[in-house]
Amino acid sequence: MTADPTSPLHAWTDGLAALAPVLAVAERPFRSQLTVRVSDPEAIAAAGSALGVPFPSTPCTFTTGSGPFGDVEVLWLGPGEFLVVAGPGLQIAIEEVVRDALGTARGSVVDTSAQRTTVVLEGPLVRDVLAHGCSVDLHPSSAPAGTCVQTLLARTGIVLQVTGEDAFTVLVRSSFAGYLAAWICDACVEYLAAEVTAPGTVGA
Amino acid sequence: MQLIPCPWCGPREEAEFHYGGQAHVAYPEDPSALTDEEWARYLFFRDNPSGPFAERWSHSAGCRRWFNAVRDTRTHDLLAVYRVGEPMPEVTP
Repeated sequence: MTADPTSPLHAWTDGLAALAPVLAVAERPFRSQLTVRVSDPEAIAAAGSALGVPFPSTPCTFTTGSGPFGDVEVLWLGPGEFLVVAGPGLQIAIEEVVRDALGTARGSVVDTSAQRTTVVLEGPLVRDVLAHGCSVDLHPSSAPAGTCVQTLLARTGIVLQVTGEDAFTVLVRSSFAGYLAAWICDACVEYLAAEVTAPGTVGA
Repeated sequence: MQLIPCPWCGPREEAEFHYGGQAHVAYPEDPSALTDEEWARYLFFRDNPSGPFAERWSHSAGCRRWFNAVRDTRTHDLLAVYRVGEPMPEVTP
């Protein structure tokens, strides 16, 4: 019998949920993640059509789509380097499909699902909270939905996706996730205090 | 903090980068034929100009790619950045 897996932020579920008046923060654990390295344009197109998601051609963006593996995201990590993200438990099947799609082209497909966990942040104050520790300009004019940057958040390496108007997804290394959750809680303290003293005025 | 324009990711904070020393230092054609002094010159001797200097940088916290930059050593201004394999652009300090 195998023990049930415990997600990196399992112990932070309640702590992050308590930020709700300011920010909706939740972990989405165990997502399938595969690092795909391939430069050949035809192989990239083949992998995209196999997954139902065209791979991003512009640096610092990501694409979404639906295919045989449900909703799949493909993140640009570098020239010729992509991260395929899908629901839990699909990594082996996706690896086989992408490997077949690459054919004889030079490239690699590596299951990196355990490397990072996912934190979803939503709310009108999300940019203010992230600005406490992230130097990238996240104003919608320079980081519209579909932007995907690798940068430092509170000195922790993250992959940051802009998924909507006030919605961000952060991929963080599993071993740094607890630290990042503690940092997010700390960054929200001042907004939580403002919410207690003057309900409804925060972010107005 | 100084911003460094990564050729892939755009301007990012200096803390995301790693310095890689002088650019365009070619590996010797036949290392075993070098004298100790020539080998030491290849390994350890670097230019130290006052003015534009071509350097290697790695965007280690971002796309993790190496690139080249021409930096004015007097002002720390980055005069140009270019990808590995591209020739060094003309700069006017």
